[in-house]
Amino acid sequence: MAHVSIRDVRKSFGSVSIIKGVDIDILDGEFVILVGPSGCGKSTLLRMIAGLEDITAGEIRIGSRIVNDVPPKDRDIAMVFQSYALYPHMTVAENMGFSLKLKGMPQVEQKKRVGDAAASLGLTPLLDRYPRQLSGGQRQRVAMGRAIVRDPQVFLFDEPLSNLDAKLRVAMRAEIKELHQRLKTTTIYVTHDQIEAMTMADKIVVMHDGTVEQIGAPLELYDRPANRFVAGFIGSPAMNFIEGCLEQDGLALPSGTVLPVEAQLPVARGSKLTCGIRPEHLQIAPPGTPGSIPATVAVVEPTGADTTLIVKAEGGHLTAVLRERSTLRPGEAVALKPAAHQAHLFDEQGGRIAAA
Amino acid sequence: MTDWLSPEEWTAVRLSLKVALVATSASLLPGIAMAYALERGRFWGRQALDVLVHLPLVLPPVVVGYALLLGFGRRGPMGSLLAEQFGVVLSFRWTGAALACAIMGFPLLVRAIRLSLETVDRKLEDAAGTLGAHPAWVFFVVTLPLILPGIIAGMVLSFAKAMGEFGATITFVSNIPGETQTIPSAIYTFTQVPGGEGGALRLAFVSVAISIAALWMSEWMARRVRRRFLA
Repeated sequence: MAHVSIRDVRKSFGSVSIIKGVDIDILDGEFVILVGPSGCGKSTLLRMIAGLEDITAGEIRIGSRIVNDVPPKDRDIAMVFQSYALYPHMTVAENMGFSLKLKGMPQVEQKKRVGDAAASLGLTPLLDRYPRQLSGGQRQRVAMGRAIVRDPQVFLFDEPLSNLDAKLRVAMRAEIKELHQRLKTTTIYVTHDQIEAMTMADKIVVMHDGTVEQIGAPLELYDRPANRFVAGFIGSPAMNFIEGCLEQDGLALPSGTVLPVEAQLPVARGSKLTCGIRPEHLQIAPPGTPGSIPATVAVVEPTGADTTLIVKAEGGHLTAVLRERSTLRPGEAVALKPAAHQAHLFDEQGGRIAAA
Repeated sequence: MTDWLSPEEWTAVRLSLKVALVATSASLLPGIAMAYALERGRFWGRQALDVLVHLPLVLPPVVVGYALLLGFGRRGPMGSLLAEQFGVVLSFRWTGAALACAIMGFPLLVRAIRLSLETVDRKLEDAAGTLGAHPAWVFFVVTLPLILPGIIAGMVLSFAKAMGEFGATITFVSNIPGETQTIPSAIYTFTQVPGGEGGALRLAFVSVAISIAALWMSEWMARRVRRRFLA
């Protein structure tokens, strides 16, 4: 096991800058998820940690060693790919034992290590099969097994669940998390799925356009997003954003509603601000309730456990998640009241100012 | 068994097979290396090299033969060097025929291997690297087995090309019975003399039979490899 430190790392392909100076510290045994929309540079960064891409500038350390110029084979890592990258001409056992064979480990020992890993992943009956004879989930497990058997300092996962169907993805999510709790190996995991990030990570790194937007524990990011991008990216359904103008008695929204805000804000009255409210912090109120936003019901989506309500309000659509079941119908007039002290305020550049 | 072909005809068949086998096996390793360099390499002059390799495919074979004669003939720069330094003479020898056939078949061999290299998932090679494999090891254990069907296809094409090569061969090494007279040149000779139709026809049949056998064998090998290695 090892900590990984990434210092002012940059990557450009020709004149195109993909990673624009990234600093991340990953502690020994930590499960860190790099998350962001496609094209944000997260996979490139992972490949740089693996040694599959050159580092244009900056420094990557694994343990106490600077690995910038160390080839992948000597970095003591194991990577799991989205496409699994299993060898079609090798059996499951041969695939899993690949790294041991490379090390020149005695056959008996190899067999034992592969057998143990296979048993822990429920792959024992499949050891003599070829990858083409396995389902997607089984292939994923073999790819993980191959990485585990290597017993590396760091596991790298590149969107490992993206090729699986929704149900299997949820199951594998729990399996990977459990695996990490058992092995406690430092893990860096890339995904574009914020739910994967929220559910699995000790620490999330939100990336956007080649830079780090915020680093923190899942709930920290959820409760205190550093900027509008993180606020909008983390959470499903996504946070509602309403443009408003800061006035004497609070934030005036397009609907005429005035949202009370902290007395001491570091911005001048009259500034344009964005108010972010999570869908679960909007409650249904009788029309005309003071401090509520008048709206018309557009779509009602019952999921069983809760109800997602999409409404049309002045300034755009809003989403509310109600814990109770709803009898509302499209076209009905409602009012949505933001829960007290649960709104986030962002300035015109998107930076967080305060909670309202 | 031998009485349905005359001794001269047998000689031509044996020579053709020898020339084609030597040409194909000798160009195998350079072919793999060239395909790898052209597909994966990022070096100055790669495109020029690509064009050069493919030139025999589009040039008139006689031009290739003439170029070989200029370069590898007794007085050619390469020919005289080989003759003086190593005592190897190519012009008007069966070895020269093999060289001509190898060069004519080379683009076909390289193309087939390159196409299969293109379809290899680079992640498979990346994964091997992250699992501790040296690049050379990755090539032999991962890449090579995956491109084996392409290599087989390329060898068959190269072999077939060598069996049928005429223009470059006859220009470079002429049409000497027992030394450079392969099946195509023998058929050509038969058609030039009165009463030679029988021999031409018999050799044409042999040619067809060898081609069918080669195709069938390559199919069988490719299927075996695919079943063993690939989905």
